[in-house]
Amino acid sequence: MRIINIRLGRPAVVTLALLPFIAALIVYAVASDIRLTANPADRLLPAPGTVLTTAGQLLSEPDRRSGDILFWQDTWASLQRLLLGVGISATIGLIFGLLIGLIPVARALLAQFVAVVSMIPPLALLPILFIVFGLGELSKVVLIVIGTLPFLIRDLSQRVLEVPQELVVKAQTLGASTWVIAIRVVLPQMMPRLIQAVRLSLGPAWLFLIAAEAIAADAGLGYRIFLVRRYLAMDVILTYVIWITLLAFVMDWGLRTLSRKAFPWAEAGL
Amino acid sequence: MSFVTVENLFQSYGRRPIIERVNVTVAEGEFISIVGASGCGKSTFLRLLLAQETPTRGEIRINGAAPAREPGLDRGIVFQRYSVFPHLTVRENILAGESFRRGWGRFWGAERRDALARADETLARIGLDHVADQYPATLSGGMQQRLAIGQALVARPKVLLLDEPFGALDPGTRVQMHDFLTELRTQTQMTVFMVTHDLGEAFKLGDRVLVFDKVRWDPQDPNLHGATITYDFDACTGGIPFQTLKEDIHVYHTA
Repeated sequence: MRIINIRLGRPAVVTLALLPFIAALIVYAVASDIRLTANPADRLLPAPGTVLTTAGQLLSEPDRRSGDILFWQDTWASLQRLLLGVGISATIGLIFGLLIGLIPVARALLAQFVAVVSMIPPLALLPILFIVFGLGELSKVVLIVIGTLPFLIRDLSQRVLEVPQELVVKAQTLGASTWVIAIRVVLPQMMPRLIQAVRLSLGPAWLFLIAAEAIAADAGLGYRIFLVRRYLAMDVILTYVIWITLLAFVMDWGLRTLSRKAFPWAEAGL
Repeated sequence: MSFVTVENLFQSYGRRPIIERVNVTVAEGEFISIVGASGCGKSTFLRLLLAQETPTRGEIRINGAAPAREPGLDRGIVFQRYSVFPHLTVRENILAGESFRRGWGRFWGAERRDALARADETLARIGLDHVADQYPATLSGGMQQRLAIGQALVARPKVLLLDEPFGALDPGTRVQMHDFLTELRTQTQMTVFMVTHDLGEAFKLGDRVLVFDKVRWDPQDPNLHGATITYDFDACTGGIPFQTLKEDIHVYHTA
């Protein structure tokens, strides 16, 4: 039997899916053990148990100076920036994607400009953003917007162009104006695609968030990681990295579920 | 008398002529079938009727009105595919036929309730009331086309254009759709243009059958000349007029 035709049952699929995770854990545990046997004071690869203990402390013990639990404070600060940035980006991206995709005049005016602007490396603009918007929240949110917006606009305008021309013509024969075509025909069909595009831009969004926080912030997940790096506190860094991964994964999963629940027609038809 | 007038119509894409010198008049309520080989400008002619394209020369008038510059309420269309809105349920699709002309594309309050009642009546008439709350993707091809025709008719167009509406259906469903269309036509007395590849279908449904073909053919450059209407059959005689008896006194009658 050909390998491409081998199908697995549910238990086998779950086992196989878990295998790489377990393998990674084992590799880490062994490597950590080897280093710790050689030098019990080694800080580079703390034992899994140590990481767990640190994680427990981070999640529950308040900061001695301020009395807040820094872990949750960092999480809240970062999530706020991320959601604000991605939300603004998605809204503007949707509006401009519709304009460029649906209206030839807007396309002639903006498509090339967006294509050129999307080539600017957003991180190269970060110093400018810090100078213009200061070191506060605004510059971080703007970096996320600048980093994800061009992709969203280009992706969504392309998706609008992919809406079958027949549907647009049909709507016109039913007497629909440009506005009605935009809000009743194209916009609803864009929503599942918007969610898909947002899912894809969450990765870059986290990247820009952590980059901005690493350089100038007083709270945030990225800020904390780069702060404790100075003390080689690998147990703290690992806890934060795992937490960020988990948050990103849950967001992605949530958006996918939302798309499936809210747009049943897209699953069946497209 | 003539409801749709097509006068000296030319259309070329770039330097390539597609159709040339098309002249035809159609009376109100006539069913016109359009046949011809692939690439002979049938669909182009339909798009011109729809005003989705502007002809390079000539004009099309419906009921004496000025030539249309974009698709509008007076022309309804059913394509082979993508004729219904996938994100609206079957009932909402019918409702769209009435509500899309409004400022926000929707009805509100009492108006909406009335429109919904009318939509349900339409659905019952076209036999789709049992799937009213489903999305079109869950429907069979024949049901989707029935919905598309129903939706187009709800908007009450002056002319209904059908672009190979049954091309993707299996033969059995096709025959059912013929009956459905014939029935709707007797109810609405609509003027219909239908492009089809199926000659039998063309003669079965149409009052007239227009044949598009190239009259001039350059062997070195097949795209040099465009197509035009080469035959205009009266479908009531099956396209064979010389078999109609003109004399009724001195002939033997079988029936």
